[in-house]
Amino acid sequence: MKFGSIFAGLAFAGVATAALAQEKVVNVYNWSDYIDESILEDFTKETGIDVRYDVFDSNELLETKMLAGGSGYDVVVPTGTFLSRQIEAGAFQKLDKSKLPHMGNMWDAIAARTAPYDPGNAYSINYMWGTTGIGYNVGKVREILGDDAPVDSLALIFDPANAEKLSECGIHILDAPTEIIPAALKYLGEDPNSHDPDVIAGTEDVLMGMRPHVQKFHSSEYINALANGDICVAFGWSGDVLQARDRAAEADNGVEIAYAIPSEGALMWFDQMAIPTDAPNPEAAHLFLDFIMRAYVMAKASNYVYYANGNKASQGLLEADVIGDPAIYPDAATLENLYSVTAYPPKVNRKVTRLWTKVKTGQ
Amino acid sequence: MNRTLGQRLLVALPYLWLLVLFLAPFLIVLKISLSDLAVSRPPYTPQLDLSEGWSGLRAFFAELDFENYTFLAEDSLYINAYLSSLKIAGISTLITLLIGYAIAYALARAPRRWRPTLVMLVILPFWTSFLIRVYAWIGILKTEGLLNQMLLSIGLIGEPLHIMNTTTAVYIGIVYSYLPFMILPIYATLEKMDESLLEAAADLGSSRFATFVLVTLPLSLPGIVAGCFLVFIPAIGEFVIPDLLGGSETLMIGKTLWVEFFSNRDWPLASAVATLLLLLLIIPIVLFQRQQMKQEIGT
Repeated sequence: MKFGSIFAGLAFAGVATAALAQEKVVNVYNWSDYIDESILEDFTKETGIDVRYDVFDSNELLETKMLAGGSGYDVVVPTGTFLSRQIEAGAFQKLDKSKLPHMGNMWDAIAARTAPYDPGNAYSINYMWGTTGIGYNVGKVREILGDDAPVDSLALIFDPANAEKLSECGIHILDAPTEIIPAALKYLGEDPNSHDPDVIAGTEDVLMGMRPHVQKFHSSEYINALANGDICVAFGWSGDVLQARDRAAEADNGVEIAYAIPSEGALMWFDQMAIPTDAPNPEAAHLFLDFIMRAYVMAKASNYVYYANGNKASQGLLEADVIGDPAIYPDAATLENLYSVTAYPPKVNRKVTRLWTKVKTGQ
Repeated sequence: MNRTLGQRLLVALPYLWLLVLFLAPFLIVLKISLSDLAVSRPPYTPQLDLSEGWSGLRAFFAELDFENYTFLAEDSLYINAYLSSLKIAGISTLITLLIGYAIAYALARAPRRWRPTLVMLVILPFWTSFLIRVYAWIGILKTEGLLNQMLLSIGLIGEPLHIMNTTTAVYIGIVYSYLPFMILPIYATLEKMDESLLEAAADLGSSRFATFVLVTLPLSLPGIVAGCFLVFIPAIGEFVIPDLLGGSETLMIGKTLWVEFFSNRDWPLASAVATLLLLLLIIPIVLFQRQQMKQEIGT
């Protein structure tokens, strides 16, 4: 009977924590270095709900948890292309908009761009958005390629003549085929959102030409590598490059980093907040999303992480070096030139990742 | 022999452990490797639905097939990744053995009162997280890292070596990380060795080198074999070290598996890769064990 009573005790404890979770905790799973943590404290102060905050650094990791189910998270932050596939797999629940009174703060221009991933924005709200472009070490690139180095062109990395010269000081490329292949398509003058396997295969020559000159394909190491002056060019995410710029400036190590949106056009991506189907506490999740949509909260977040957000009302509260920086909030003409892509169907996706493996390993 | 219930339970315990923590997960992986990719949660089909009873179970088994295994055979990527992993693990094991044996030998020949301290020093790095120790190598090996700075300052090299993000860095990482697993078993066999055997060899006119080759080495063979297995097996499936220290051309099965599972979301194919890897590793281990058993019976 001893075991019986222990089990009963455990079961009771389980019920007790479940009841507690129902009232007091919201489990948030967000990208690393992606929020001003005082926002979480403010939320707890106002609602009495504790925030259990975990972080990830790749969409793949988040997606695996979503597809396995039972993640225990109430709010997660996938990027648009991944979001759409996860919606299709049934990973998210529809938002109850009656519980989101601050929905009116959202920016219609961004909502229109996120609708292809999440029709009618029924499942998600935009948290941050940004571009994928070129981060470079101003001094070193000038030294190697001269004053008229094509720093705002994809030719900087895709033209082997440039890449070869730059390889001596180091090039890092995002380990994300869904970001690099569209850029290669754009460089070739094709539709970056093409899902045609033959058109995608056409990028192989460009990518294989770049391959020998790339030191590493990685999605986060370039922040430190740029800031420390270990590499001179990274094809990466806008906010990450700007973080590298600030770290270099703080370290005062003589490294000057800049970010350029390629003149050919750049990928515009969206990180969306959504609620998993099996979220333990959807009530608290809605409260959290509504809190995030307040103008001052979103402004605080953007001022901290140097990414643009999808909240129109927050713009008046942004600091001048955020709203005024065209690398964060591009001007209308550049915005016009940004493109978005949609998720590849499984068969095409396999071709894309196989091509990517070939680019990375030469096999 | 009459065993009491308690004794039987005691014998059953390790088997139960294996059943719950090895066989059951392996069967799940095997099952997934026979299914197909799907956009669903979890991302494969068919899924076992016990509520439909026998007919559901039969329908479930009817849908399983070996398609993923034929796919693995068709694309040379996977076989190359296996071979490359075998090569990297093999060479690393050899280097680890050479360094590890020398250290173990020195430990076993050190004054008795020093030995506990020296063994402690071998184990000490384990007190720091494995991940942090591998990260530390980035600081040492990178172009503007400690190693290059030191070599440049003493004038041994004219320009910095590019070791970081190459396969050489992976070798260094593996040898460093697994060295204690080689040292400890070899040290254990060397320490237990009866020294009067060495004296006997010397008395009979054997040179020190001949004694080492003819007496010490064969007697330490069990330690060498155990150490090699402890290094080789985890090194084959290693993911963290090639990911952090390796470059884009470092092809290893652990990374290939990661890509299949996370980037391609192809759980069935990733499971097929994992199953094959396990089978490839189990066969030599079983053969080795048979050999050991025969030897033990023989002596």
